Amino acid sequence: MEKNETRPCTLSAEKEIVAVARKDFPALFDSLWANGFRILGPTLGEGAIVYDELHGVDDLPSGWTDEQDGATYRLKKRSDEALFGYNVGPHAWKKFLFPPKLRLWRAEASNNGLNIIEEKQTEQKFALIGVKACELKAILIQDQVFLGGEYADPIYQNRRKDALLIAVNCTQAGKTCFCVSMNAGPRVESGFDLCLTEVLAEDAHYFIVEIGSEQGAGIMANVPHSNQTQGAEKAIQAIATNTAQQMGRVMDTENIQALLQDNFEHSRWDDVASRCLTCANCTMACPTCFCSTVEDVTDITGDHAERWRQWDSCFTMDFTYMNHGHARASAKSRYRQWMTHKLSTWFDQFGTSGCVGCGRCITWCPVAIDITEEVSAIRANQTGGKPASSSL
Amino acid sequence: MYTVFENRQGTAVPESLPNPLLPVPYRVLQNKRNTHDVFTLDVEPVNGGNFPHFLPGQFNMLYFFGKGDAAISISGDPTTEQPFRHTIRRAGVVTQALEKLKPGGVLGIRGPFGVPWPVKEAEGQDVLLVAGGIGLAPLRPAMYTLLANRDNYRKISLFHGARTPEDLLYVTELEQWRSRLDLQVWVSVDAATRNWMGDVGVVTKLIAKASFDPLNVVALICGPEIMMRFTIQELEKIQIKSDKIFLSMERNMKCAVGFCGHCQYGPHFLCKEGPVFRYDQVQSLLGKREV
Repeated sequence: MEKNETRPCTLSAEKEIVAVARKDFPALFDSLWANGFRILGPTLGEGAIVYDELHGVDDLPSGWTDEQDGATYRLKKRSDEALFGYNVGPHAWKKFLFPPKLRLWRAEASNNGLNIIEEKQTEQKFALIGVKACELKAILIQDQVFLGGEYADPIYQNRRKDALLIAVNCTQAGKTCFCVSMNAGPRVESGFDLCLTEVLAEDAHYFIVEIGSEQGAGIMANVPHSNQTQGAEKAIQAIATNTAQQMGRVMDTENIQALLQDNFEHSRWDDVASRCLTCANCTMACPTCFCSTVEDVTDITGDHAERWRQWDSCFTMDFTYMNHGHARASAKSRYRQWMTHKLSTWFDQFGTSGCVGCGRCITWCPVAIDITEEVSAIRANQTGGKPASSSL
Repeated sequence: MYTVFENRQGTAVPESLPNPLLPVPYRVLQNKRNTHDVFTLDVEPVNGGNFPHFLPGQFNMLYFFGKGDAAISISGDPTTEQPFRHTIRRAGVVTQALEKLKPGGVLGIRGPFGVPWPVKEAEGQDVLLVAGGIGLAPLRPAMYTLLANRDNYRKISLFHGARTPEDLLYVTELEQWRSRLDLQVWVSVDAATRNWMGDVGVVTKLIAKASFDPLNVVALICGPEIMMRFTIQELEKIQIKSDKIFLSMERNMKCAVGFCGHCQYGPHFLCKEGPVFRYDQVQSLLGKREV
């Protein structure tokens, strides 16, 4: 493929493929800034590759990758200078679209009683760069949760409507990856504004850029690029095929909706409960988990109150608290709720699985509980489940 | 003009706020004590707006300044113009604070939310209303609706169970209803002193005493989950089909619009698919522990 040849791009709504040389990659950042976007993407931090604001291409984890397994995550140097040569880390993009903690509104006591002051949503629009296929699927799933029903979540809606999604095709898979099983990757198919495929050949380093929207095309207009991309589609496919063959985990999803609902009293739930710490790490790391709670606070004068929303987890005891008790008091019932929701009842609610096979819940579980292994264990011994209690 | 909902399986929230997470200020008109731990708040919009239309069985999220929200069924009459009425049992910090509100006091309200009782579908049939304790509050709007359209229904029977005679809700209304010739009203308490002339025992045992057509009846049940399960057992004994039984469920609720995940019950979000469920929707879940 020819590199470094730049010419103005003819913009159209059709999906177009161009190539950008590594040396021209900073122009993508300049173009995003010029269009008013904050750039959020992968960077080194907290001993991992995390998502944060990027102030330049140098903030990307150039030359870094990671090694993952159950309860294991290690940063490692690569032998090359790949910008996106890693697997997904502990952060998910939901931290920007569905912030972990934010104020919903303020209330003031007044002579007239009560003024409720809606929190103004003034977030600067942002571009998410480095969205992997499984993560893009996760964003589309959260779209269903927050925008697909009768009500729209105003915070999510406000952040999502202006967000520019710059996806990246995975060039490798980790030991906890199973997006192929969940039909969520490794190739990015749709739903992006731009999709990058990073190519590192012997003495070449460039990006194949698929343009998925008018807005994406507008961004690319100011980025030096080549239109000579014969063979690019084949190259992307080859990378995707190679990545797919590296999946470290597999989940058999056949009939999984019924499998979990029919094995409500399976002895494996007791088994996993004996290992699960109910620490909620899996739900915090999961890119689709959407549960939240609210906290109401007042200041010392008692005249000002606020409501804050923050991420919550079905693994906490308080999650199901009612005045006469907790609906799910045991660890067993809470793990069962999480996994059954993710893989089974999510279909009833949103017409899709709640799992995209990103493997975060396996990597970040402190005791290495593996959702794919739990499914296999239940599937292997379905008659071992005790019958559901029908005692009244 | 009172209108009933048209599609109970679909989207049943008739009027909503632009931002469903934002409470609207309401002023207390009256705070009336019902029992030692139950009280009824009548409220009107502070800013003089219209009362939101509600359907029997729907609920509101009541916000007390700085304390938080509580999900409370609307217990007033949906067929007449009147203040928003909520009958509340003192339980947690929010309801403890609401209990102390005096006329002129202010609270916030989000709602109404949720799927209502199938009062329209019940037309032309006998209707059973079975209420345990505070469960009579969400059933009262259904009762008002049935009575306002009395000719559209056949036999109507109300069963109310409480712990003691002092815990009976809406005693004046119960007495009025019991004096009517076109209603059967049965009341039972778990424990009583010697001046109690009524039944003693669980409310489910009264069902056998009432007169109705098991093949053409709709049952509406609200109370503690165990009471609802025993009631269903009684109804199944007399061959009432599971798609003729409706129950109102309770779970922890935060957002009331399906975002927060707290009220999940198997595949259901109680806040938007409930609180009223047709029994066959939740039949497979009800006997299970810790769903």
